[in-house]
Amino acid sequence: MHRYLAQRLLQLVPVLLGVSILVFLMIHLVPGDPAQVLLQDYGSSEQIAAFRHALGLDRPLPVQYGTFVWRLLHGDLGRSIHSGRPVAAEIAARLPYTLRLAACAMAVAVALGVALGTLAALHHRRFVDYGSMVVALAGISLPSFWFGLVLILAFSYYLRWLPAAGADSAASIVLPGVTLGAEAASIIARLTRSSLLEILHQEYIRTARAKGAGAARTIFRHAFKNALIPVLSIAGLQFAGLLGGAVIIETVFGWPGVGRLAIDAIFNRDLPMVQGVVLVAAVIFVVVNLMVDLLYGLLDPRIRYS
Amino acid sequence: MAFSTPGSATVDAPAGRAPAGRRARSHYAIGLRRLARHRAALAGAAIVAVFLLGAVLAPELAAHDPTEAHLDFALRPPTGAFLLGTDSYGRDILSRLLFGGRISLTIGVIAVALSFCLGVPLGILAGFYGGTVDHIVMRTVDVWLAFPGLLLAIGIVAVLGPGLQNVMLAIGIAGVPGVARLVRGSVLSIREESYIEVGRAVGGSDAHIMRTHVLPNVLPPVIVLLTLRLGAAILTGVGLSFLGLGVQPPAPEWGAMVAEGRAYLQRAWWVSTIPGAAIFLSVMGFNLLGDGLRDALDPRLH
Repeated sequence: MHRYLAQRLLQLVPVLLGVSILVFLMIHLVPGDPAQVLLQDYGSSEQIAAFRHALGLDRPLPVQYGTFVWRLLHGDLGRSIHSGRPVAAEIAARLPYTLRLAACAMAVAVALGVALGTLAALHHRRFVDYGSMVVALAGISLPSFWFGLVLILAFSYYLRWLPAAGADSAASIVLPGVTLGAEAASIIARLTRSSLLEILHQEYIRTARAKGAGAARTIFRHAFKNALIPVLSIAGLQFAGLLGGAVIIETVFGWPGVGRLAIDAIFNRDLPMVQGVVLVAAVIFVVVNLMVDLLYGLLDPRIRYS
Repeated sequence: MAFSTPGSATVDAPAGRAPAGRRARSHYAIGLRRLARHRAALAGAAIVAVFLLGAVLAPELAAHDPTEAHLDFALRPPTGAFLLGTDSYGRDILSRLLFGGRISLTIGVIAVALSFCLGVPLGILAGFYGGTVDHIVMRTVDVWLAFPGLLLAIGIVAVLGPGLQNVMLAIGIAGVPGVARLVRGSVLSIREESYIEVGRAVGGSDAHIMRTHVLPNVLPPVIVLLTLRLGAAILTGVGLSFLGLGVQPPAPEWGAMVAEGRAYLQRAWWVSTIPGAAIFLSVMGFNLLGDGLRDALDPRLH
């Protein structure tokens, strides 16, 4: 296990290196002179030249990249062009909101997904099964921003149960959380169903039933233990996907997370901020995937790491 | 290739791994027949057909100019003259939907085609040659996959700027690693098959073997993946346009239409919700079709 952990951590190095190179290059891939892009086309040619020198943009690319990584390792993501504040500080202020939203969405996704998938598996090839799977397919086909607007229309404007926007009260997270979790719930439902179906046909389940265990007991005590392991791994992958989806959801619900920060940054042509958000999201994504992999091994003793 | 079409059905190669030629075609024929019996897939195909027809025949079907404003008729609910109502400029929503389908569906199709054209060769090269080539391609794919899908597309749009072409490019590029990985896996599993060896033995060049033996055999799972990705690509495209990063108004793009109607959600629900419903239905159609194709063409993925 320790060797495996070391190996996996080692594998992260080239990935993170590649990520940092790509994010670094973003500013140089924008058509035009980077200094001019960063100054948003304002300033005289002398000002641009001075700016270029101050940021080190007149030095060779490898040197610039070296400086970039050196600063990254010290937690310095540069300064926002728009606000002038450190990018790292702005992201740190917004990240808790996005993580809270993603956690809420994940809870919705797992609860709904496992329930729907189990329901379908228990009624295999009957109406409930087909119905659940159509619902799950609909969940994957939903444009999240539209679903969010429909929920706002129903629960905020007509029923007046929940706030439509902002993050002021505890109830504010419900609508964005449900909207963001809908797609992941559908994917989890489909996987739970197929995973349970596979296991329900196995000998030890029949044995449990033969020994007089009821249907509910069989499912919850015996089948779930094994069936939910692949579900866990997909849930982990989905969590990372939620970080991407949050960009849209945060816009719909005016949620003050990093997704909204990224979109505002794009409109302000605030490239250091965009770079920062993309980098942080990628690092979280990679780390979460690693943790899911490791957890997978802890939960399933059949998997041996070598 | 004389060796790839023995014409006898006695060789018990598993479905989907048959060499190119007649039997490979019959594999598709079997798939098509299975598809024709798949009710959900047929429903999906019907939905997709309706939307495609609507987009193709938009100039004939639309009662109004999609960009022409009738300010006197702003925010009219669905009625006789405007079947699905009008937006804040008094533009006919149905006409905009019909023309908008051309943009929103095209974005999905072109983006997926781009992922296909870049991902398939990359995957074949990596799987076929292995070693250093494989290593370089797969490490690149790992880096690519480290960016959560939508964020990668957003990052690319941030660099290139908004607009129709850049959105297609961004979604297409973001989809490449998934295709490359799937293709590489399939190539690895067929690389040692005897018909590849035979192809080599009779002096076929690498390029020839990849084109005539490897490519046809890795296609079925790729086709399934692409159909399933089509819905996701359309969703990403309309999502970017909703955010204002994609197709710009006044073009009648579905995502942009939803965004434009947001301000009038309480007063005129139809402006936002009807284009959204069109997105939902069309993507559902593609997903139903994709699920059916998967069942029919590639039972291994089920």
